[in-house]
Amino acid sequence: METKRLVFIAVGGQGNLLASRLLGEAALSMNIPTVVSEIHGMAQRGGIVESAVLMGDVTSPIVSGAEADVLIGFEPLETLRALGKCNGDTVVITNTHPLPPFTVAIGQGAYPSPEKSLELIGAKVGKLISFDGNAIAEEVGNPLSLNMVMLGALIGSGTIPVGAEEMKKVIAISTKKAFLESNLKAFDMGMAKAN
Amino acid sequence: MHKLLIDAPGEEVLLLGNEAIARGALEAGVSFATCYPGTPSSEIPENFFRISMESDLYFEYSTNEKVALEVGAGAAVAGLRTIVTMKHVGLNVASDPLMTLAYVGVKGGMVIINADDPSLFSSQNEQDNRYYARLSSLPMLEPTNTQEMKDMTAEAFGLSEELGLPVIIRTTTRLAHIRGAVRLGELKPIQTSAHFEKSPFHFVAVPAVARNLHKLLLEKYDQASEKSEQGPYNQVIGDGKWGIVANGAAFNYVKDAVSDLGIGDKVSILKLGFSWPMPKGLCADFLKGRDKVLVVEELEPINEDALRALAQEKGISAPIQGKGVGAFSRLYEYDPGMVRKAVAGYFDVDYEPSVVVNTSDLPALPGRPPNLCAGCPHRATYYAVKQVYGTDTVYPTDIGCYTLGLLPPISMADFVICMGSSVSSGCGFSRATDQKVVSFIGDSTFFHSGITGLVNAIHNNHKFTLVILDNGTTAMTGHQIHPGVDTTPLGVERTRISIENLVRGLGVEDVHVVKPFKLKKTIEAVKATMEYDGISVIISQELCPLFAKATGQFKKSKPFYVNQKKCKNHRDCINLLACPAMYLDGEQVEIDKNLCVGCSICAQVCPENAILPLKE
Repeated sequence: METKRLVFIAVGGQGNLLASRLLGEAALSMNIPTVVSEIHGMAQRGGIVESAVLMGDVTSPIVSGAEADVLIGFEPLETLRALGKCNGDTVVITNTHPLPPFTVAIGQGAYPSPEKSLELIGAKVGKLISFDGNAIAEEVGNPLSLNMVMLGALIGSGTIPVGAEEMKKVIAISTKKAFLESNLKAFDMGMAKAN
Repeated sequence: MHKLLIDAPGEEVLLLGNEAIARGALEAGVSFATCYPGTPSSEIPENFFRISMESDLYFEYSTNEKVALEVGAGAAVAGLRTIVTMKHVGLNVASDPLMTLAYVGVKGGMVIINADDPSLFSSQNEQDNRYYARLSSLPMLEPTNTQEMKDMTAEAFGLSEELGLPVIIRTTTRLAHIRGAVRLGELKPIQTSAHFEKSPFHFVAVPAVARNLHKLLLEKYDQASEKSEQGPYNQVIGDGKWGIVANGAAFNYVKDAVSDLGIGDKVSILKLGFSWPMPKGLCADFLKGRDKVLVVEELEPINEDALRALAQEKGISAPIQGKGVGAFSRLYEYDPGMVRKAVAGYFDVDYEPSVVVNTSDLPALPGRPPNLCAGCPHRATYYAVKQVYGTDTVYPTDIGCYTLGLLPPISMADFVICMGSSVSSGCGFSRATDQKVVSFIGDSTFFHSGITGLVNAIHNNHKFTLVILDNGTTAMTGHQIHPGVDTTPLGVERTRISIENLVRGLGVEDVHVVKPFKLKKTIEAVKATMEYDGISVIISQELCPLFAKATGQFKKSKPFYVNQKKCKNHRDCINLLACPAMYLDGEQVEIDKNLCVGCSICAQVCPENAILPLKE
């Protein structure tokens, strides 16, 4: 099958490692060869956390510069920073809700305008799908479900051969009961944003 | 039941590399596991810890890697299958027992997992621990994917028993922290005890014995060489005239590059999985049939140099290159694009790389370095010490979350090289300079290797202050226990060692135990150390809030908010503390109530008393 290289980029605590793991599980359940890479440790303390999912005829677990087929950004500044992973055909799916780093608060640099950022990204890549994922997570009553929103949008974008049903099955197995309904709702609403 | 204990041979599951290693050990019937945690190895012992609660596996977090290897040596020499895990710099700590355990050998299979960290994702250096196999004459296996991590670990125990030697398995971050499909094998029963057969002329490495043992080690090494020639892990893939030699994570990049470039019929790949002792016969045969050879290995040019020497010995003239081809260097990890480009360039293959989008018109982006969490007690301790000692004081620090004190606005990390170095280097700084010295060390790191430095400081009459940041856990690597932890909430019984009693027992007279969120009292204690002529120790006790939350020990406090009517925008709160719960809304400081855990430090710092607990 065709190789798909996906990069997830987020701020520590936003749940991208869970999202990439669940995607890997769903792909495996469909017998799609998959490898996921993660970074643990120091970077997770409020820093940038990157993970990658590669599917198809590929064994390398990481994505080089310019080689992402899909970039899933959980925070607009970090999506912008990760553009080095993208080429002119890359599909970028990004949350638009800013999470300013503390360096901005102590006067070391300015947070770029989200509108301008989206405009810049949109002009450079193959396709840009953007929405306020935090608003959806709030709407379903589970602020931690942003990762489900982003997974939903990824599946909805039709860029990878993983189906919504398989993805939801994995979410159902891996989620605590109290959060299942809101997670699935977040997933569906994310999907609708990308359709 | 723990997911690694499922009895489902043949089933394919998605496992983290480190989980695959743990599973492999269980499939070999491992009885005994020890470790000191360290990224990127920590998930192996985390799994063993939980598995030991529901099986006959003996597991312990040992005080440090040297201790872990020696505890493991006792078990393996007695006859139990034993695994010892650590990160690459941990093997430096364990290198003393390693070198002579190689002489003495083992009876039960012993596997040492060593996790290297090319690119220093979470380490102080990126040393290449393949050198340890050469230094110790011990066999080394290098898996390339999750399946091999499981299979090699399982088989390494048998190899270890056949040779009577510990076997080192070397992973890197890009193996330890990948997830991939693993087809499970059968679990073996766990042997719970052994009987040690005395044999002092094998086990007591005095000079007369060790002279013979060294000879014995070299004989075992020759046996290992024969095995590496035949083993399934060293193999030649393809029969083209262009040769590529690869190991570890980089093997995947080579495999993909050959496929992406469509040169499979022109290339043959020598994959080195049982990389030490090097399979010289296999390597020589491979070199003989090639027009030219590219060696793809991260970090040091170890295989490259060895193959060149072998070519010289065998009179083989095919060019052999590695470092210097394309972007291959001794620095950092490789990546698929870099390897593809180097392979294409070396063998002169047409290749058009993907073109990165133009990023020249992006605005300057503010950095997002990692930061101490909201409610982290280290922030309060740092603040208190800085209020008293200022910025000219030398602040040696150590390895843990608190190393983040390096970053502004805290900026209180002046020197760190390895675990425990804060205390001993503090001795040097205080003696060599006329500056004040305050060293910072975490509780787990203090037990790991800070105690000997403190003994040295007391004995040699050094004069500085040691701050032990006691957050009740090994926080950075994922909340493992250590000798100072109250383990009751975790459901295991371990004897807790009081840091205060230990420090007083060593003879420190100026000891202050503080609660860092009581800022005024903490500052008073810090002031007292400034006056004291000798070694002072401050033990700053407050649980890591993440650990407290994860173990049901978190005492919920009301989040705080900024009363904008009172706030005069001094911004001491945000400028001095840089708490991630604080942000600027226009020109005004606000607190994110979802992130604030109510530690109240900002409220104590605010000169206008404008930060108050939120009323529900």
